[in-house]
Amino acid sequence: MIEFDNMAYSYGGGELLSEISLRLTPGSFHFLTGPSGAGKTTFLKLCYGALKPTSGQARLFGQDVREMDRDALAITRRRIGVVHQDCQFLDHLPVADNVALPLTVSGQDTLEQVANLKELMGWVGLGERAGALPPELSGGERQRAALARAVIMSPDVVLADEPTGNVDWEMSQRLLQLLVELNRMGKTIMIATHDLNLIRTAKHHVQARVLRIANRRLQLAGADL
Amino acid sequence: MSLRASLRTFLVGDAQADRVVPPSGFTAQLTLFAAAAMAFLAVFAMALSLAAGRLAERWGAELAHSSTLRISAPSEQMAEQTAAALRVLETTPGIASARALDKAEQRALLEPWFGPDLPLESLPVPQLIEIVETEEGYDASGLRLRLSAEVPGAVLDDHTRWRRPLEAAAGRLRLLGWLSIGLIAGTMGVMITLAAHAALAANAQVIAVLRLVGATDHYIARAFVRRFTLRALFGAGAGAGLGMLAMLALPEAQETGGFLTGLGFAGAGWLLPLLIPVLAAGVAYGATRIAARRRLRELA
Repeated sequence: MIEFDNMAYSYGGGELLSEISLRLTPGSFHFLTGPSGAGKTTFLKLCYGALKPTSGQARLFGQDVREMDRDALAITRRRIGVVHQDCQFLDHLPVADNVALPLTVSGQDTLEQVANLKELMGWVGLGERAGALPPELSGGERQRAALARAVIMSPDVVLADEPTGNVDWEMSQRLLQLLVELNRMGKTIMIATHDLNLIRTAKHHVQARVLRIANRRLQLAGADL
Repeated sequence: MSLRASLRTFLVGDAQADRVVPPSGFTAQLTLFAAAAMAFLAVFAMALSLAAGRLAERWGAELAHSSTLRISAPSEQMAEQTAAALRVLETTPGIASARALDKAEQRALLEPWFGPDLPLESLPVPQLIEIVETEEGYDASGLRLRLSAEVPGAVLDDHTRWRRPLEAAAGRLRLLGWLSIGLIAGTMGVMITLAAHAALAANAQVIAVLRLVGATDHYIARAFVRRFTLRALFGAGAGAGLGMLAMLALPEAQETGGFLTGLGFAGAGWLLPLLIPVLAAGVAYGATRIAARRRLRELA
């Protein structure tokens, strides 16, 4: 699915990540932790091909990322849903259109998919907010809309970068619940977070593997959580 | 997909896909205005070029089939030499007719310079013979040789020395017109490239979001290319329409008005300005496509 083999990533002459080897198996649940600036977001970008490793190998669904052109990466990215901390919406489009954007760009915005969109908006609790513009949403609503957009193509993998960073405890539990539900549907989940309480709570509901980035390397954590 | 189907898809568009790029009022207005202004100028450049072409043809045709023989001789020999010259001309292949101008016609020719009361009889004015050629024309060098032997005072003017510079001038004017159209198309391309670059730079965040959700470069580029192409098409359509109206408002071509009153389109020539919006759309398509591809490569 997503595999790294002795991968390193450098930027501006400095190595940000090194000796990374990891394999995300279907249906697995991962947390990615580490101090601020450790490279969690960079690692997630490598996971969906927004960045390419400077050495070693990264494979997305069996294809070497460095051998993929931009269009091949774009098509592969449709199998990976991404939730950014800052959500990244098109502010001039209503929430429903933003959520449906992956369908639009892939030419799959059929009537059937539109019906699914309504169901999905209801699932994330935004059924009544479909016509609102993104700047009109609260932080929690934006995160849920971003999650809905990430899963609308029914991707194999969902990557979430600090999805609970800007929301209160109650909303973070709601978002975690949605991600756990997705994992139960067979999706592979990876959540980058520095919120250890979120990880502890999740461990009550799902068997999660906790990875930690420290000193540019990826380590298996978890014994202390 | 066939070219026709691709063109149809491009023109009809995808309403949903069109909405992913936010409307940019200022850039849109600039592009429309630039396209309209350039098309307006292109109509004039085209009219200039076509008028110069017509002028070159007219001057060429008018002067190509006529010549003048001028006989300068003492008055007592004038009639004899004129008769000899006419005999030579009548037997020269390629000459349809030759006619000696009478006194009234010669006076009329000189009237603009000397006034109506010119005492032609008292002045040593040469006798002029008007020669009309056949389609094939005559051998001017051969005729000059015969005339020098039989009519010593005759000078043949086959209008070449007038015709060549006039035709060259009209030809250059025509070239200048087409060159202007080329420059206008180039300038429009540059303007649209700059506008497209500005729009792409202003929408870097939109491009990032589209890439995040799996949009290909082709999809992103198409959204911008279609928008700029249609703006150029409509802007140039308006500009060309206004240019044609301005052409209609020009005075009719008149014999006395010379070149300027002939500046306009004639007959099927009125259809040519309709190509300008199509050309503008083609330029915009190419310019935006190159700009978008380059910008997307830079943003990757």
